[in-house]
Amino acid sequence: MEKKGWRELMRGADLPPASSLDYKTGSWRTLRPIWDPNKCTHCMFCVAYCPDMAISVVKSEEGVKGFNGRIYKGIVRLEADLDFCKGCGICAHECPTHAIEMIREEEATSSK
Amino acid sequence: MSTWKPLSGTQAVAEAMRQINPDVVVAYPITPQTPIVEFFAQYVANGIVDTETIPVESEHSAMSATVGAAAAGARVMCATASQGLALMWEVVAAVPGLRLPIVMPVVNRALSAPINIHCDHSDTMGATTIGWIQIFSENGQEAYENMLLAIRLAEHPDILLPAMVMQDGFITGHGVENVEIFDNDKVKAFVGERNPDRYLLDTEHPYTIGPLALPDYYFEIKRQQEEATRHVKKIYLEIGKELSKITKKEYPYFESYKLEDSDAAIVVLSSTAGTAKDTVDKMRAEGKKVGLLKPKLFRPFPYKEVRTVLKNIPVVGVLDRSMAFGAYAPVYAEIKNALFELEKRPKLQSYVFGLGGKDIFKSDIEKAFNELLSGEVSSEKERYIGLRG
Ligand code: SF4
Ligand code: SF4
Repeated sequence: MEKKGWRELMRGADLPPASSLDYKTGSWRTLRPIWDPNKCTHCMFCVAYCPDMAISVVKSEEGVKGFNGRIYKGIVRLEADLDFCKGCGICAHECPTHAIEMIREEEATSSK
Repeated sequence: MSTWKPLSGTQAVAEAMRQINPDVVVAYPITPQTPIVEFFAQYVANGIVDTETIPVESEHSAMSATVGAAAAGARVMCATASQGLALMWEVVAAVPGLRLPIVMPVVNRALSAPINIHCDHSDTMGATTIGWIQIFSENGQEAYENMLLAIRLAEHPDILLPAMVMQDGFITGHGVENVEIFDNDKVKAFVGERNPDRYLLDTEHPYTIGPLALPDYYFEIKRQQEEATRHVKKIYLEIGKELSKITKKEYPYFESYKLEDSDAAIVVLSSTAGTAKDTVDKMRAEGKKVGLLKPKLFRPFPYKEVRTVLKNIPVVGVLDRSMAFGAYAPVYAEIKNALFELEKRPKLQSYVFGLGGKDIFKSDIEKAFNELLSGEVSSEKERYIGLRG
């Protein structure tokens, strides 16, 4: 994309919202969060605590299987988006059901 | 109808804030600024203004809350001095780049160490390069009027930059004078309301403020900020003319006092300029042709205009109330800069005085004038007024 000159820029760098979606910031990661949906109660703690908003959420009317085989309806979480997850491990630390485990990147990629 | 009230300089500023009636005032006490937020808190408590006050636990939070409220779309003010300005510095430096028109009175006080609560200009002189408009005031009257001018200037759509309004700690900050407070309705009409073209609480038009801009855009954004700063001088005069209609006074970049035919001139900021004017009168009565230049708009600095009024004066002494260690004192450096373009330049002498509130007397200024008149000056060697040994 052609970069704008200083005269054309919006004042004071107030950019259109969500322009950070164009920056893939997941490349620093050395640890990867591995989520076990079978342990997840969809409490959204991880979503709230994730400093990079890397965990996507969706609305599911039919529901998804989670903790103890229960069906969770409404807002549910999905896998962390690895384009943005920096591997800080905060989600794993906060998860009350220990549904997230941090493993080393090389382990994650070699076992694929 | 204007009314005359015996007010300290800090109270005069609080009166301006009362008439401006900001949406939000963020309050943290720091000597000698504290009375500003104290007086203003009384107006809030008594329902005279409908401002929301946010008491915070430090100046860093004060400027942070101010920035938050300004970005949300509010007209917001806070006030500071010395170490307080130093503590809020990180956020202060961000405001011009965020393009938030915050007006902040600063009651000048020496910076630690050693700890000192009295006046000098070392606090704001440290903040001359980051993009705040800076206006210095000789007395409470000027501080009051400069506040009114500053709010319009900062919020002008071609500017949108923050402004500091300075006065001398304790000397004018706590000293009481008769101050003419202009008619509420007229001032309110002059000041108007902040009408931001975008603000964060406008959820219909979301945008990002304070994003990351790496080498791709940072330089361009700073150039844009410089452009806004270049508009200040012209708009300052326009708004000054509008304010004149209420106050019947003029708002030039600097005051020239009996400069035209002067054999020697002194340049000095704020309250000391009053003492210097008295000295000029006394020496003029004795037939000595001396004059004074008192800068008011210090950022952006009016180099060209200063050059024009000083160019024919044989000797100019610049009195600085702060040092720039390892460099020329700040006001002196500007005057030297301004005069460099001339082929035939006035002789210059730098004086430093009054650090940490050390008094300066008419006799001191007279002595400096006599030195200048004798032509025995050195543009390289700093001299000191009131220093022992
Ligand atoms: S914190 Fe744990 S249980 Fe809660 S939504 Fe996240 S992964 Fe699921
Ligand atoms: S590891 Fe950190 S960045 Fe990645 S999803 Fe968890 S909280 Fe977010």
